[in-house]
Amino acid sequence: MTLKEKRAADIEKVLAKYPTKRSAVMPLLYMAQEEYGFCSDDAMREVADITALDPTEVKSIVGFYTMFFEEKTGQYVIEVCDDLPCALRGADAFVHHCERKLGVQAGQTTPDGKFTLRTVMCIAACDRAPVAQVNREYRYSLTPESFDKMVDDLGGARSTAAGPQTA
Amino acid sequence: MEKHVLLRDLDVPNIREIAVYQANDGYAAWRKAIGSLEVAGMKPDEVMGVVKDAGLRGRGGAGFPAGLKWSFLPKDMFPKYVVVNGDESEAGTFKDHQLVENNPHQVIEGVALCSYAVQAGTAYIYLRGEFYEPAKALQKAIDEAYAAGLLGKNIFGTSYSLDIHIHLGAGAYICGEETALLESLEGKLGQPRLRPPFPAVQGLYAKPTVINNIETLANVPPIVLYGAKWYRQFGTEKSPGTKIFCVSGRVNKPGNFELPLGQYTIRDLIEMAGGTIDGRPVKGILPAGSSAPILPASVLDTKLDYESVAAAGSILGSASFVILDDTVDIVWAARKMVRFFKHESCGKCTPCREGTFWALRVYDKIVSGHGTQRDIDMLVDVANGMANKCFCLLGEFSTSPVLSTIKHFRPEYEQFIREHHDGKSGIYQDELIRDHAISVLSEAPTGKSH
Repeated sequence: MTLKEKRAADIEKVLAKYPTKRSAVMPLLYMAQEEYGFCSDDAMREVADITALDPTEVKSIVGFYTMFFEEKTGQYVIEVCDDLPCALRGADAFVHHCERKLGVQAGQTTPDGKFTLRTVMCIAACDRAPVAQVNREYRYSLTPESFDKMVDDLGGARSTAAGPQTA
Repeated sequence: MEKHVLLRDLDVPNIREIAVYQANDGYAAWRKAIGSLEVAGMKPDEVMGVVKDAGLRGRGGAGFPAGLKWSFLPKDMFPKYVVVNGDESEAGTFKDHQLVENNPHQVIEGVALCSYAVQAGTAYIYLRGEFYEPAKALQKAIDEAYAAGLLGKNIFGTSYSLDIHIHLGAGAYICGEETALLESLEGKLGQPRLRPPFPAVQGLYAKPTVINNIETLANVPPIVLYGAKWYRQFGTEKSPGTKIFCVSGRVNKPGNFELPLGQYTIRDLIEMAGGTIDGRPVKGILPAGSSAPILPASVLDTKLDYESVAAAGSILGSASFVILDDTVDIVWAARKMVRFFKHESCGKCTPCREGTFWALRVYDKIVSGHGTQRDIDMLVDVANGMANKCFCLLGEFSTSPVLSTIKHFRPEYEQFIREHHDGKSGIYQDELIRDHAISVLSEAPTGKSH
C-alpha cells in the first residue's frame, strides 16, 4: 500500500495547512518515516509525487535534516545528548554505558535490529541531564540503572557484561 | 518570583488545561482585545501600542523591541503571517520547552494577540523536531481553543478570523535563524536568506511576516491585560519585564528561573540553582549557551539584563546560563562547543562551513595529544578569518567559544599542550573516536552535517 492509500486523511489535513504543497514536505517525510521506518527511495518518490517536487529535491531535504533517516534503523532509535550542558553532568560516561549495555557503538544498530544508538546535539532538556529520546519521546534524568531497565523493558535483555562489538 | 508572569505553571497547578487557564485570567486579554458583536474591543494599533509602550524586547536572543518589529509590516499588503520561533536549539536553552508543555494557552493567546495586532489571518508555530511530545501538548491546547471559539472563523462574532498551525522542524540548529526558519517552513533546506528584503516586508511566501520567539509572545497577554505601566514595574528602563533564565551545567539544581531583568546578579542566579556542585569555585559562565563569549568568575556580580551582560563582555541572548566550575577542562569545553557549530553549520557560506571544520580539526589535534603551542594562534587565526565574514550569525557565533576561551584561559591551553603533546597522552579518546566514527558514518554523499 502506498502512503497515499494508507494515510489519505492525514495527507489532506497536512496539505490544507499551507498555501503551497511544498511546505508539506517535512510533515510528509515524518509520515513516510512512521510508515516505512526510514525515508526509503520509494518513500521519497511518493512524497515528491504528493508535493509536486522533484525526487532529488526531496532527497536533498532528507539529507539536510538529521531527523530524517536515509537508512533502515532499529525498531527503537535511542538518541542521547552529549552536548556541553549534558556533558557537564556526565553525559559522555553515560553514552559509554549505553554502548556497553547495547553492545554497539553510537551510530550503530544492534544485530537483532531492535535498537539504534545515536548521539545528538542539545535537545533542550539540559536541566534533566543525562537525557535521551526514544523514538522522539523524552527520557529525562537517566542513570545507568534506569537506562538498563528501559532497554530491558523494551525487550532488549542483553547482558551488561558483553563488550562493545561491531555490527 | 512570588508570582510568575510566564512560568505560571509553578503557581497554578494544571494551568495547561483550558478551564484552569481561563479561571485564572486566561484569554481575558484576548477577549479584551478582540471584543465581540456587542462590545467593542481594542483596535489592532492599540494592541501594538501597548506592547510598544511596555518596551517588550525579543526573548529569542537579539533583544529587538517586539512592538517596533510589528510596526514594520506594511498596512495594506495581505495576507500577512505570524511565525513563532520555537526552534529552541541553543545549547543550554530549555525555556520554551517548559512554556509549550506546561503553559501552552498563554503561548497561544500571545500568538493570537500578535496576529490580531498585525492583522494576520494565519500563524505558524515552528517547533524543533525533537519537540514531538511538547507539540502534542500544544496541539491539544490549540484544539481546545478552537472548540471554545477562541480561534477559527469570525471569532466572537467579529470579522476577525485566525488559524494557528504547528510545524515541526527536523533537527537543524540553523532553523532558529529567522530567515532559515522561513525557508524550512516553505519546505526547503534551512539556510538563511539575504537581507534585505526583511521578513517584515517579504517573509513567509514573500508576504509581510512577523517572527517572534515563544517566550516573547508569552509576555503579550499580561501586557495587554494589565497594561504597559504594570509590566514596567518589573525590570529596568531599557530591559523591562521578566525573563526566563535557564541554568544548567555544574550546579546542584539546574532549571528555569523567571526573574525581573536587572534585579539579580549572576551570583544570585547560581545561588538560586542550588549553588555549584560540591560548592566548587566557578570557572566560567556562558550566558547564552555556546553562542555567547564565556565570562570569567570575576564578573559574577554582573546584573542580569541586556546592557549589563554586554558591558561585562558577552551577550544575554536567550539567557541560557551554562555554569562551568573549576573541575571543567576549558579546552575540552571549547572543543564541545566548536563541535556543535561544525555539526550545525548549514554549509551555505564558505567561512562558516570551512572555518568550523578546520577549527574542530585543530581542537582534535590538541585534544588527541598532538598539539603545539602554535596551534593556539592557529585557532585564533581561523576564528578571525571567519569573524564578520559569515552569511549569518551562526558562523559569527561559532568564533565565540574559540576566541573567548583563549582570551580568558590561554594559560590553560598552554598547559594542556605542554602536558599532552607527545601523541600518546591525549585524553578524551573515547569521545574523539565516537565523534569520528559518527562523522564517517554520516558523511554520505548527501552531505548531512555531523
